[in-house]
Amino acid sequence: MSVDLATVKRVARLARLAVSEEEAQKMMGELNGILGFVEQLSEVNVKDVEPMTSVTPMVMRKRDDVVTDGDKADDIVANAPATTENFFMVPKVVE
Amino acid sequence: MTELTKLTIAEARAKLTAKEISAVELTDAYLAAIEAVNPVINAYVTVTPEKAREMAKASDARIAAGKAGALEGIPLGIKDLFATRDVHTQACSHILDGFKPKYESTVSQNLWDDGAVMLGKLNMDEFAMGSSNESSYYGPVINPWKAEGSNQQLVPGGSSGGSAAAVAAQLCAGATATDTGGSIRQPAAFTGTVGIKPTYGRCSRWGIVAFASSLDQAGPIARDVRDCAIMLKSMASVDAKDTTSVDLPVPDYEAAIGQSLKGMKIGIPNEYRVDGMPEEIEKVWQQGMQWLKDAGAEIVNISLPHTKYALPAYYIVAPAEASSNLARYDGVRYGLRVDGKDIVDMYEKTRAAGFGTEVKRRIMIGTYVLSAGYYDAYYLQAQKVRTLIKRDFEIAFANGVDAILTPATPSSAFGIADEDLASDPVKMYLNDIFTVTVNMAGLPGMSVPAGLDHKGLPLGLQLIGKPFDEETLFKTAHVIEQAAGTFSPKKWW
Repeated sequence: MSVDLATVKRVARLARLAVSEEEAQKMMGELNGILGFVEQLSEVNVKDVEPMTSVTPMVMRKRDDVVTDGDKADDIVANAPATTENFFMVPKVVE
Repeated sequence: MTELTKLTIAEARAKLTAKEISAVELTDAYLAAIEAVNPVINAYVTVTPEKAREMAKASDARIAAGKAGALEGIPLGIKDLFATRDVHTQACSHILDGFKPKYESTVSQNLWDDGAVMLGKLNMDEFAMGSSNESSYYGPVINPWKAEGSNQQLVPGGSSGGSAAAVAAQLCAGATATDTGGSIRQPAAFTGTVGIKPTYGRCSRWGIVAFASSLDQAGPIARDVRDCAIMLKSMASVDAKDTTSVDLPVPDYEAAIGQSLKGMKIGIPNEYRVDGMPEEIEKVWQQGMQWLKDAGAEIVNISLPHTKYALPAYYIVAPAEASSNLARYDGVRYGLRVDGKDIVDMYEKTRAAGFGTEVKRRIMIGTYVLSAGYYDAYYLQAQKVRTLIKRDFEIAFANGVDAILTPATPSSAFGIADEDLASDPVKMYLNDIFTVTVNMAGLPGMSVPAGLDHKGLPLGLQLIGKPFDEETLFKTAHVIEQAAGTFSPKKWW
Protein backbone atom coordinates (compact mmCIF):
# COMPACT_ATOMS: atom_id res chain seq x y z
CA MET A 1 0.00 0.00 0.00
CA SER A 2 1.23 3.48 -0.74
CA VAL A 3 -0.14 6.91 -0.01
CA ASP A 4 -0.85 9.74 -2.46
CA LEU A 5 -0.67 13.46 -1.79
CA ALA A 6 -4.38 13.75 -1.00
CA THR A 7 -4.04 11.00 1.65
CA VAL A 8 -1.02 12.72 3.21
CA LYS A 9 -3.02 15.94 3.51
CA ARG A 10 -6.03 14.10 4.93
CA VAL A 11 -3.89 12.33 7.56
CA ALA A 12 -2.19 15.63 8.44
CA ARG A 13 -5.62 17.13 8.96
CA LEU A 14 -6.62 14.18 11.20
CA ALA A 15 -3.39 14.65 13.18
CA ARG A 16 -3.97 18.42 13.38
CA LEU A 17 -0.66 19.24 11.73
CA ALA A 18 -0.53 22.19 9.34
CA VAL A 19 1.60 21.14 6.35
CA SER A 20 2.72 23.17 3.35
CA GLU A 21 2.50 21.77 -0.17
CA GLU A 22 6.24 21.23 -0.12
CA GLU A 23 6.19 19.44 3.25
CA ALA A 24 3.34 17.20 2.12
CA GLN A 25 5.35 16.21 -0.97
CA LYS A 26 8.40 15.37 1.15
CA MET A 27 6.32 13.47 3.71
CA MET A 28 4.70 11.42 0.96
CA GLY A 29 8.07 10.01 -0.11
CA GLU A 30 9.16 9.29 3.46
CA LEU A 31 5.86 7.72 4.49
CA ASN A 32 5.92 5.49 1.44
CA GLY A 33 9.47 4.46 2.33
CA ILE A 34 8.38 3.46 5.83
CA LEU A 35 5.17 1.79 4.65
CA GLY A 36 7.23 -0.16 2.12
CA PHE A 37 9.52 -1.30 4.93
CA VAL A 38 6.66 -2.50 7.17
CA GLU A 39 4.95 -4.22 4.22
CA GLN A 40 6.97 -7.40 4.97
CA LEU A 41 4.75 -8.06 8.00
CA SER A 42 2.01 -9.25 5.65
CA GLU A 43 4.08 -12.37 4.85
CA VAL A 44 3.89 -13.60 8.48
CA ASN A 45 1.34 -16.32 9.12
CA VAL A 46 -0.76 -15.04 12.00
CA LYS A 47 -3.56 -17.59 11.75
CA ASP A 48 -4.97 -18.27 15.25
CA VAL A 49 -2.53 -15.79 16.83
CA GLU A 50 -4.00 -13.41 19.39
CA PRO A 51 -2.93 -9.78 19.12
CA MET A 52 -0.81 -8.71 22.09
CA THR A 53 -2.57 -6.48 24.56
CA SER A 54 -0.15 -6.69 27.48
CA VAL A 55 3.49 -7.82 27.60
CA THR A 56 3.21 -9.12 31.15
CA PRO A 57 0.16 -11.25 31.82
CA MET A 58 -1.49 -9.36 34.62
CA VAL A 59 -4.87 -8.27 35.84
CA MET A 60 -5.06 -4.50 35.83
CA ARG A 61 -4.91 -3.15 39.33
CA LYS A 62 -7.85 -0.93 40.16
CA ARG A 63 -7.99 1.55 42.99
CA ASP A 64 -11.01 2.37 45.12
CA ASP A 65 -13.27 4.96 43.56
CA VAL A 66 -12.49 7.69 46.05
CA VAL A 67 -11.06 11.20 45.82
CA THR A 68 -7.33 11.09 46.65
CA ASP A 69 -6.15 14.33 45.12
CA GLY A 70 -7.44 17.76 44.24
CA ASP A 71 -7.74 21.40 45.30
CA LYS A 72 -4.89 22.43 43.07
CA ALA A 73 -6.46 24.49 40.33
CA ASP A 74 -3.57 26.95 40.46
CA ASP A 75 -1.07 24.15 39.80
CA ILE A 76 -3.14 22.81 36.93
CA VAL A 77 -3.31 26.07 35.02
CA ALA A 78 0.21 27.17 36.01
CA ASN A 79 1.73 26.15 32.67
CA ALA A 80 -1.10 27.19 30.35
CA PRO A 81 -0.35 29.77 27.66
CA ALA A 82 -3.57 31.69 28.40
CA THR A 83 -5.81 31.54 31.49
CA THR A 84 -8.32 33.60 33.36
CA GLU A 85 -9.53 32.85 36.89
CA ASN A 86 -8.32 29.24 36.71
CA PHE A 87 -9.93 28.62 33.31
CA PHE A 88 -7.99 27.68 30.19
CA MET A 89 -8.53 30.31 27.49
CA VAL A 90 -9.14 29.15 23.91
CA PRO A 91 -10.28 30.94 20.75
CA LYS A 92 -14.05 31.32 20.47
CA VAL A 93 -15.66 28.01 19.49
CA VAL A 94 -19.36 28.95 19.66
CA GLU A 95 -20.67 31.89 17.68
CA MET B 1 38.77 18.51 42.64
CA THR B 2 38.45 16.94 39.20
CA GLU B 3 39.63 13.67 40.69
CA LEU B 4 36.31 13.42 42.51
CA THR B 5 34.38 13.10 39.24
CA LYS B 6 36.40 9.98 38.43
CA LEU B 7 34.80 8.05 41.28
CA THR B 8 32.15 5.47 40.47
CA ILE B 9 28.93 5.58 42.49
CA ALA B 10 30.17 2.68 44.65
CA GLU B 11 33.52 4.41 45.27
CA ALA B 12 31.89 7.76 46.07
CA ARG B 13 29.45 6.01 48.39
CA ALA B 14 32.35 4.47 50.34
CA LYS B 15 34.20 7.80 50.64
CA LEU B 16 31.03 9.64 51.67
CA THR B 17 30.20 7.03 54.28
CA ALA B 18 33.77 7.17 55.64
CA LYS B 19 33.45 10.98 55.63
CA GLU B 20 36.61 11.27 53.51
CA ILE B 21 34.70 13.59 51.20
CA SER B 22 31.51 15.60 51.57
CA ALA B 23 28.49 15.58 49.30
CA VAL B 24 28.95 19.32 48.74
CA GLU B 25 32.56 18.79 47.56
CA LEU B 26 31.48 16.03 45.23
CA THR B 27 28.60 18.09 43.82
CA ASP B 28 30.83 21.15 43.35
CA ALA B 29 33.34 19.03 41.44
CA TYR B 30 30.61 17.91 39.03
CA LEU B 31 29.19 21.42 38.66
CA ALA B 32 32.67 22.70 37.78
CA ALA B 33 33.12 19.89 35.25
CA ILE B 34 29.74 20.66 33.67
CA GLU B 35 30.58 24.34 33.40
CA ALA B 36 33.84 23.56 31.67
CA VAL B 37 32.76 20.73 29.39
CA ASN B 38 29.05 21.08 28.67
CA PRO B 39 29.49 23.92 26.15
CA VAL B 40 31.41 21.40 24.00
CA ILE B 41 29.37 18.21 24.63
CA ASN B 42 25.86 19.73 24.98
CA ALA B 43 24.74 16.87 27.26
CA TYR B 44 22.77 19.09 29.67
CA VAL B 45 19.91 21.30 28.49
CA THR B 46 19.57 22.84 31.93
CA VAL B 47 21.85 22.79 34.98
CA THR B 48 20.43 23.29 38.49
CA PRO B 49 23.45 24.34 40.59
CA GLU B 50 21.51 25.92 43.45
CA LYS B 51 19.19 22.98 43.84
CA ALA B 52 22.19 20.62 43.64
CA ARG B 53 24.12 22.42 46.38
CA GLU B 54 21.05 22.59 48.58
CA MET B 55 20.41 18.85 48.16
CA ALA B 56 24.09 18.05 48.77
CA LYS B 57 24.06 20.09 51.95
CA ALA B 58 21.01 18.16 53.17
CA SER B 59 22.84 14.93 52.29
CA ASP B 60 25.84 15.93 54.37
CA ALA B 61 23.51 16.63 57.30
CA ARG B 62 21.87 13.19 56.95
CA ILE B 63 25.27 11.49 56.70
CA ALA B 64 26.39 13.30 59.86
CA ALA B 65 23.19 12.21 61.60
CA GLY B 66 23.71 8.60 60.54
CA LYS B 67 20.59 8.65 58.37
CA ALA B 68 22.16 8.22 54.93
CA GLY B 69 20.04 6.73 52.14
CA ALA B 70 21.23 4.25 49.51
CA LEU B 71 22.28 7.02 47.11
CA GLU B 72 23.10 9.67 49.69
CA GLY B 73 25.04 12.56 48.17
CA ILE B 74 25.42 10.97 44.72
CA PRO B 75 25.10 13.60 41.93
CA LEU B 76 22.90 12.41 39.05
CA GLY B 77 21.70 13.76 35.73
CA ILE B 78 18.03 13.35 34.79
CA LYS B 79 16.82 12.81 31.23
CA ASP B 80 14.56 15.68 30.13
CA LEU B 81 11.70 13.16 29.72
CA PHE B 82 11.23 12.88 33.51
CA ALA B 83 8.99 15.44 35.20
CA THR B 84 10.98 17.36 37.83
CA ARG B 85 9.07 19.80 40.00
CA ASP B 86 9.54 23.45 38.94
CA VAL B 87 12.46 22.47 36.69
CA HIS B 88 12.65 22.46 32.85
CA THR B 89 10.81 19.35 31.55
CA GLN B 90 10.32 19.49 27.80
CA ALA B 91 11.23 16.09 26.33
CA CYS B 92 13.64 18.33 24.38
CA SER B 93 10.71 19.53 22.27
CA HIS B 94 9.72 23.08 21.38
CA ILE B 95 6.06 22.20 21.89
CA LEU B 96 6.61 21.98 25.66
CA ASP B 97 8.16 25.44 25.59
CA GLY B 98 8.61 26.75 29.14
CA PHE B 99 6.97 23.73 30.80
CA LYS B 100 7.87 23.36 34.49
CA PRO B 101 5.68 20.73 36.10
CA LYS B 102 4.18 21.06 39.55
CA TYR B 103 4.87 17.41 40.25
CA GLU B 104 7.76 14.94 40.32
CA SER B 105 8.05 11.65 38.42
CA THR B 106 7.96 8.57 40.63
CA VAL B 107 11.40 7.40 39.46
CA SER B 108 13.13 10.72 40.21
CA GLN B 109 11.26 11.02 43.52
CA ASN B 110 12.54 7.53 44.46
CA LEU B 111 16.10 8.74 43.78
CA TRP B 112 15.69 11.90 45.88
CA ASP B 113 14.10 9.83 48.67
CA ASP B 114 17.29 7.75 48.70
CA GLY B 115 19.42 10.89 49.00
CA ALA B 116 20.59 11.48 45.41
CA VAL B 117 21.47 15.01 44.21
CA MET B 118 20.10 16.49 40.97
CA LEU B 119 22.64 18.22 38.73
CA GLY B 120 20.27 19.10 35.89
CA LYS B 121 18.28 17.84 32.90
CA LEU B 122 19.86 15.89 30.09
CA ASN B 123 19.56 16.29 26.33
CA MET B 124 17.72 13.65 24.29
CA ASP B 125 16.02 13.08 20.96
CA GLU B 126 12.73 14.99 20.83
CA PHE B 127 10.10 12.90 22.64
CA ALA B 128 12.68 10.08 22.74
CA MET B 129 12.25 9.54 19.00
CA GLY B 130 15.63 8.95 17.45
CA SER B 131 18.87 6.99 17.54
CA SER B 132 21.41 9.81 17.31
CA ASN B 133 20.19 12.62 19.60
CA GLU B 134 20.01 14.82 16.49
CA SER B 135 16.25 15.37 16.70
CA SER B 136 16.56 17.41 19.95
CA TYR B 137 15.24 20.98 19.81
CA TYR B 138 18.39 21.86 21.78
CA GLY B 139 20.80 20.57 19.17
CA PRO B 140 22.83 17.38 18.99
CA VAL B 141 24.94 15.94 21.81
CA ILE B 142 28.59 15.35 20.89
CA ASN B 143 29.94 11.90 21.76
CA PRO B 144 32.93 12.20 24.14
CA TRP B 145 34.51 9.45 22.02
CA LYS B 146 36.36 10.19 18.78
CA ALA B 147 37.88 7.75 16.33
CA GLU B 148 41.65 7.50 16.63
CA GLY B 149 43.43 10.14 14.57
CA SER B 150 40.12 11.74 13.57
CA ASN B 151 38.52 15.01 14.52
CA GLN B 152 35.06 14.10 13.25
CA GLN B 153 32.25 14.66 15.72
CA LEU B 154 30.29 11.49 16.44
CA VAL B 155 26.76 10.97 17.76
CA PRO B 156 26.34 9.48 21.24
CA GLY B 157 23.36 7.43 20.05
CA GLY B 158 19.81 8.07 21.12
CA SER B 159 17.41 8.78 22.40
CA SER B 160 19.22 8.95 25.78
CA GLY B 161 22.26 10.56 24.14
CA GLY B 162 22.66 13.24 26.81
CA SER B 163 22.52 10.62 29.57
CA ALA B 164 25.15 8.42 27.93
CA ALA B 165 27.48 11.31 27.00
CA ALA B 166 27.25 12.88 30.47
CA VAL B 167 28.17 9.57 32.10
CA ALA B 168 31.04 8.92 29.66
CA ALA B 169 32.44 12.47 30.04
CA GLN B 170 32.10 12.24 33.84
CA LEU B 171 29.60 15.08 34.03
CA CYS B 172 27.44 13.04 36.45
CA ALA B 173 27.96 9.91 38.52
CA GLY B 174 25.02 8.20 36.80
CA ALA B 175 21.96 9.18 34.81
CA THR B 176 18.34 8.24 34.37
CA ALA B 177 17.31 7.21 30.88
CA THR B 178 14.38 5.59 29.11
CA ASP B 179 14.15 2.90 26.46
CA THR B 180 11.28 2.37 24.02
CA GLY B 181 13.18 0.59 21.24
CA GLY B 182 16.81 0.74 22.36
CA SER B 183 17.18 4.27 23.75
CA ILE B 184 19.20 3.14 26.79
CA ARG B 185 21.19 0.29 25.29
CA GLN B 186 22.26 1.83 21.95
CA PRO B 187 23.69 5.07 23.45
CA ALA B 188 25.36 3.04 26.22
CA ALA B 189 27.03 0.91 23.54
CA PHE B 190 28.13 4.03 21.58
CA THR B 191 29.78 5.64 24.62
CA GLY B 192 31.39 2.70 26.45
CA THR B 193 28.91 2.95 29.33
CA VAL B 194 26.57 0.39 30.90
CA GLY B 195 22.79 0.64 30.54
CA ILE B 196 19.89 -1.56 31.52
CA LYS B 197 16.30 -1.47 30.34
CA PRO B 198 14.46 -3.43 33.02
CA THR B 199 11.39 -5.60 32.46
CA TYR B 200 8.28 -3.66 31.44
CA GLY B 201 6.53 -2.75 34.70
CA ARG B 202 9.64 -2.75 36.91
CA CYS B 203 9.88 1.06 37.08
CA SER B 204 6.84 3.29 37.32
CA ARG B 205 6.12 5.31 34.18
CA TRP B 206 4.26 7.97 36.16
CA GLY B 207 5.59 11.44 35.43
CA ILE B 208 7.63 10.30 32.42
CA VAL B 209 6.51 12.03 29.22
CA ALA B 210 4.77 9.24 27.30
CA PHE B 211 6.03 8.12 23.88
CA ALA B 212 4.74 4.55 23.31
CA SER B 213 3.12 3.43 26.54
CA SER B 214 3.29 -0.34 25.97
CA LEU B 215 7.04 -0.14 25.26
CA ASP B 216 8.44 2.72 27.41
CA GLN B 217 10.53 1.76 30.42
CA ALA B 218 12.97 3.74 32.57
CA GLY B 219 16.43 2.52 33.54
CA PRO B 220 19.90 3.79 34.46
CA ILE B 221 23.03 4.51 32.44
CA ALA B 222 26.19 4.37 34.55
CA ARG B 223 29.93 3.75 34.33
CA ASP B 224 29.88 0.13 35.38
CA VAL B 225 27.61 -2.79 36.13
CA ARG B 226 27.62 -2.28 39.86
CA ASP B 227 26.60 1.36 39.56
CA CYS B 228 23.66 0.34 37.35
CA ALA B 229 22.62 -2.20 39.98
CA ILE B 230 22.76 0.45 42.71
CA MET B 231 20.70 2.91 40.67
CA LEU B 232 18.05 0.44 39.50
CA LYS B 233 17.43 -0.69 43.07
CA SER B 234 16.40 2.86 43.91
CA MET B 235 14.53 3.61 40.66
CA ALA B 236 12.31 0.49 40.68
CA SER B 237 9.11 0.40 42.73
CA VAL B 238 5.47 -0.53 42.64
CA ASP B 239 3.39 2.60 42.20
CA ALA B 240 -0.34 3.09 42.64
CA LYS B 241 -0.11 5.86 40.03
CA ASP B 242 0.97 3.45 37.26
CA THR B 243 -1.34 0.45 36.90
CA THR B 244 1.29 -1.34 34.79
CA SER B 245 3.94 -1.13 37.51
CA VAL B 246 4.45 -4.55 39.03
CA ASP B 247 3.87 -5.46 42.64
CA LEU B 248 7.00 -7.56 43.14
CA PRO B 249 9.70 -6.91 45.74
CA VAL B 250 12.75 -5.09 44.33
CA PRO B 251 15.75 -7.42 44.79
CA ASP B 252 19.15 -6.27 45.98
CA TYR B 253 20.67 -6.27 42.48
CA GLU B 254 24.13 -5.51 43.79
CA ALA B 255 24.12 -8.83 45.67
CA ALA B 256 23.93 -10.68 42.33
CA ILE B 257 27.29 -9.25 41.26
CA GLY B 258 30.09 -11.76 41.69
CA GLN B 259 27.82 -14.79 41.70
CA SER B 260 28.98 -17.79 39.69
CA LEU B 261 27.76 -18.54 36.16
CA LYS B 262 28.37 -22.30 36.61
CA GLY B 263 25.53 -24.34 35.16
CA MET B 264 24.01 -21.35 33.34
CA LYS B 265 22.87 -21.70 29.73
CA ILE B 266 23.49 -18.74 27.45
CA GLY B 267 21.52 -18.69 24.19
CA ILE B 268 23.04 -17.39 20.96
CA PRO B 269 20.38 -16.48 18.38
CA ASN B 270 21.53 -17.04 14.83
CA GLU B 271 19.03 -14.45 13.55
CA TYR B 272 21.16 -11.68 15.05
CA ARG B 273 23.75 -12.14 12.29
CA VAL B 274 22.60 -9.55 9.77
CA ASP B 275 23.81 -8.61 6.30
CA GLY B 276 26.50 -5.98 6.26
CA MET B 277 27.34 -6.36 9.94
CA PRO B 278 31.05 -5.56 10.43
CA GLU B 279 33.32 -8.53 11.09
CA GLU B 280 34.44 -6.83 14.31
CA ILE B 281 30.97 -7.14 15.81
CA GLU B 282 30.96 -10.87 15.16
CA LYS B 283 34.43 -11.04 16.73
CA VAL B 284 33.41 -9.22 19.89
CA TRP B 285 30.33 -11.47 20.11
CA GLN B 286 32.52 -14.60 19.85
CA GLN B 287 34.82 -13.13 22.48
CA GLY B 288 31.83 -12.58 24.77
CA MET B 289 30.77 -16.23 24.34
CA GLN B 290 34.29 -17.34 25.23
CA TRP B 291 34.37 -15.21 28.39
CA LEU B 292 31.06 -16.66 29.57
CA LYS B 293 32.21 -20.19 28.73
CA ASP B 294 35.42 -19.61 30.71
CA ALA B 295 33.23 -18.53 33.65
CA GLY B 296 31.42 -21.87 33.58
CA ALA B 297 28.36 -21.12 31.45
CA GLU B 298 27.22 -23.36 28.64
CA ILE B 299 26.75 -21.73 25.22
CA VAL B 300 23.80 -23.03 23.19
CA ASN B 301 22.50 -22.03 19.77
CA ILE B 302 18.89 -20.92 19.74
CA SER B 303 16.48 -19.65 17.13
CA LEU B 304 14.28 -16.58 17.40
CA PRO B 305 12.66 -16.89 13.98
CA HIS B 306 10.53 -13.73 14.07
CA THR B 307 13.45 -11.40 14.84
CA LYS B 308 13.44 -9.74 11.41
CA TYR B 309 9.82 -8.71 11.87
CA ALA B 310 10.39 -6.91 15.17
CA LEU B 311 11.55 -3.64 13.63
CA PRO B 312 8.73 -3.30 11.08
CA ALA B 313 6.17 -4.23 13.76
CA TYR B 314 7.74 -1.66 16.07
CA TYR B 315 7.38 1.03 13.40
CA ILE B 316 3.65 0.44 13.44
CA VAL B 317 3.03 -0.04 17.16
CA ALA B 318 5.29 2.76 18.45
CA PRO B 319 4.07 5.52 16.07
CA ALA B 320 0.45 4.42 16.63
CA GLU B 321 0.81 4.83 20.39
CA ALA B 322 2.83 8.03 19.93
CA SER B 323 0.21 9.65 17.69
CA SER B 324 -2.33 9.01 20.42
CA ASN B 325 -0.09 10.14 23.31
CA LEU B 326 1.03 13.29 21.52
CA ALA B 327 -2.55 14.37 20.78
CA ARG B 328 -2.50 16.17 24.13
CA TYR B 329 -0.13 18.88 22.84
CA ASP B 330 -2.69 21.32 21.52
CA GLY B 331 -1.56 24.71 22.81
CA VAL B 332 -4.23 24.84 25.51
CA ARG B 333 -2.96 23.38 28.77
CA TYR B 334 0.80 23.78 28.56
CA GLY B 335 3.67 24.69 26.31
CA LEU B 336 3.72 26.50 23.02
CA ARG B 337 0.70 28.21 21.46
CA VAL B 338 0.61 29.73 17.99
CA ASP B 339 -2.54 31.76 17.42
CA GLY B 340 -4.83 30.96 14.50
CA LYS B 341 -8.04 32.21 12.97
CA ASP B 342 -10.08 29.63 14.91
CA ILE B 343 -9.39 26.83 17.37
CA VAL B 344 -8.56 24.17 14.77
CA ASP B 345 -6.22 26.57 13.01
CA MET B 346 -4.59 27.25 16.39
CA TYR B 347 -4.12 23.49 17.00
CA GLU B 348 -2.65 22.92 13.56
CA LYS B 349 -0.29 25.88 13.65
CA THR B 350 0.85 25.12 17.20
CA ARG B 351 1.62 21.50 16.39
CA ALA B 352 3.30 22.39 13.10
CA ALA B 353 5.60 24.86 14.86
CA GLY B 354 6.15 22.83 18.02
CA PHE B 355 7.02 19.36 16.71
CA GLY B 356 10.21 18.55 14.81
CA THR B 357 10.47 16.58 11.58
CA GLU B 358 10.95 13.10 13.07
CA VAL B 359 8.11 13.54 15.56
CA LYS B 360 5.75 14.74 12.81
CA ARG B 361 6.75 11.78 10.65
CA ARG B 362 5.84 9.35 13.43
CA ILE B 363 2.58 11.11 14.23
CA MET B 364 1.68 10.85 10.54
CA ILE B 365 2.54 7.13 10.36
CA GLY B 366 0.64 6.45 13.58
CA THR B 367 -2.42 8.39 12.50
CA TYR B 368 -2.41 6.61 9.15
CA VAL B 369 -2.12 3.05 10.52
CA LEU B 370 -4.88 3.71 13.05
CA SER B 371 -7.21 5.38 10.55
CA ALA B 372 -10.40 3.76 9.34
CA GLY B 373 -9.80 0.95 6.87
CA TYR B 374 -6.12 0.42 7.73
CA TYR B 375 -6.31 -0.65 11.37
CA ASP B 376 -6.56 -4.40 10.69
CA ALA B 377 -3.93 -4.46 7.95
CA TYR B 378 -1.34 -2.61 9.99
CA TYR B 379 -1.93 -2.27 13.72
CA LEU B 380 -3.73 -5.57 14.37
CA GLN B 381 -1.23 -7.46 12.19
CA ALA B 382 1.68 -5.84 14.06
CA GLN B 383 0.22 -6.76 17.46
CA LYS B 384 -0.17 -10.37 16.32
CA VAL B 385 3.42 -10.43 15.11
CA ARG B 386 4.37 -9.05 18.50
CA THR B 387 2.77 -12.08 20.16
CA LEU B 388 4.94 -14.30 17.94
CA ILE B 389 8.12 -12.35 18.80
CA LYS B 390 7.41 -12.82 22.49
CA ARG B 391 6.64 -16.52 21.93
CA ASP B 392 10.09 -17.02 20.33
CA PHE B 393 11.68 -15.86 23.58
CA GLU B 394 9.31 -17.91 25.74
CA ILE B 395 10.25 -21.07 23.84
CA ALA B 396 13.98 -20.36 24.29
CA PHE B 397 13.56 -19.79 28.02
CA ALA B 398 11.32 -22.87 28.38
CA ASN B 399 14.15 -24.90 26.83
CA GLY B 400 16.41 -23.98 29.72
CA VAL B 401 18.16 -20.86 28.44
CA ASP B 402 18.91 -18.45 31.32
CA ALA B 403 19.99 -15.44 29.29
CA ILE B 404 20.63 -14.52 25.66
CA LEU B 405 23.81 -12.87 24.37
CA THR B 406 23.75 -10.67 21.24
CA PRO B 407 25.57 -7.64 19.86
CA ALA B 408 24.04 -4.38 21.15
CA THR B 409 24.23 -2.45 17.88
CA PRO B 410 25.07 -3.24 14.24
CA SER B 411 27.92 -0.64 14.23
CA SER B 412 29.94 1.67 16.46
CA ALA B 413 29.07 5.40 16.76
CA PHE B 414 28.57 7.20 13.44
CA GLY B 415 29.15 10.82 12.44
CA ILE B 416 26.95 13.79 13.25
CA ALA B 417 24.81 14.81 10.25
CA ASP B 418 25.53 11.57 8.40
CA GLU B 419 24.00 12.28 4.97
CA ASP B 420 23.26 8.67 4.21
CA LEU B 421 21.21 8.29 7.39
CA ALA B 422 19.55 11.70 7.14
CA SER B 423 18.21 10.99 3.66
CA ASP B 424 16.54 7.69 4.58
CA PRO B 425 14.61 7.39 7.89
CA VAL B 426 14.49 3.58 7.61
CA LYS B 427 18.33 3.40 7.65
CA MET B 428 18.38 5.28 10.95
CA TYR B 429 15.70 2.94 12.31
CA LEU B 430 17.95 -0.07 11.57
CA ASN B 431 20.21 1.03 14.44
CA ASP B 432 17.69 -0.53 16.81
CA ILE B 433 17.54 -3.88 15.04
CA PHE B 434 19.08 -5.82 17.98
CA THR B 435 17.41 -3.91 20.80
CA VAL B 436 13.82 -3.46 19.65
CA THR B 437 12.82 -7.12 20.02
CA VAL B 438 13.33 -6.80 23.77
CA ASN B 439 10.83 -3.94 24.06
CA MET B 440 8.32 -5.75 21.89
CA ALA B 441 8.49 -8.71 24.30
CA GLY B 442 8.71 -6.57 27.47
CA LEU B 443 11.93 -8.30 28.58
CA PRO B 444 14.93 -6.89 30.46
CA GLY B 445 17.97 -6.06 28.31
CA MET B 446 21.38 -4.74 29.22
CA SER B 447 24.24 -3.28 27.22
CA VAL B 448 27.76 -3.73 28.51
CA PRO B 449 30.98 -2.55 26.82
CA ALA B 450 33.01 -5.44 25.43
CA GLY B 451 35.84 -3.86 23.47
CA LEU B 452 36.95 -1.28 20.93
CA ASP B 453 36.76 -1.50 17.15
CA HIS B 454 39.65 -0.74 14.76
CA LYS B 455 38.80 2.98 15.01
CA GLY B 456 39.15 2.83 18.79
CA LEU B 457 35.41 3.23 19.36
CA PRO B 458 33.47 1.20 21.95
CA LEU B 459 31.33 -1.79 21.04
CA GLY B 460 28.72 -3.24 23.34
CA LEU B 461 27.19 -6.64 23.94
CA GLN B 462 23.57 -7.08 24.89
CA LEU B 463 22.21 -9.54 27.45
CA ILE B 464 18.51 -10.39 27.37
CA GLY B 465 16.84 -12.01 30.37
CA LYS B 466 13.61 -13.57 31.53
CA PRO B 467 10.89 -11.24 32.82
CA PHE B 468 11.92 -9.75 36.19
CA ASP B 469 15.21 -11.66 36.21
CA GLU B 470 17.46 -8.58 36.09
CA GLU B 471 19.73 -10.26 38.66
CA THR B 472 20.92 -12.78 36.07
CA LEU B 473 21.78 -9.91 33.73
CA PHE B 474 23.79 -8.14 36.41
CA LYS B 475 25.85 -11.20 37.34
CA THR B 476 26.45 -12.12 33.69
CA ALA B 477 27.29 -8.57 32.60
CA HIS B 478 29.73 -8.33 35.49
CA VAL B 479 31.64 -11.34 34.16
CA ILE B 480 31.92 -9.64 30.76
CA GLU B 481 33.02 -6.41 32.41
CA GLN B 482 35.67 -8.20 34.48
CA ALA B 483 37.08 -9.75 31.31
CA ALA B 484 36.76 -6.74 29.01
CA GLY B 485 37.59 -3.99 31.48
CA THR B 486 35.98 -0.56 31.50
CA PHE B 487 36.44 2.08 28.82
CA SER B 488 36.84 5.85 29.04
CA PRO B 489 37.25 8.33 26.19
CA LYS B 490 40.50 10.25 25.83
CA LYS B 491 39.92 13.85 26.86
CA TRP B 492 39.97 16.17 23.81
CA TRP B 493 37.83 18.87 25.35
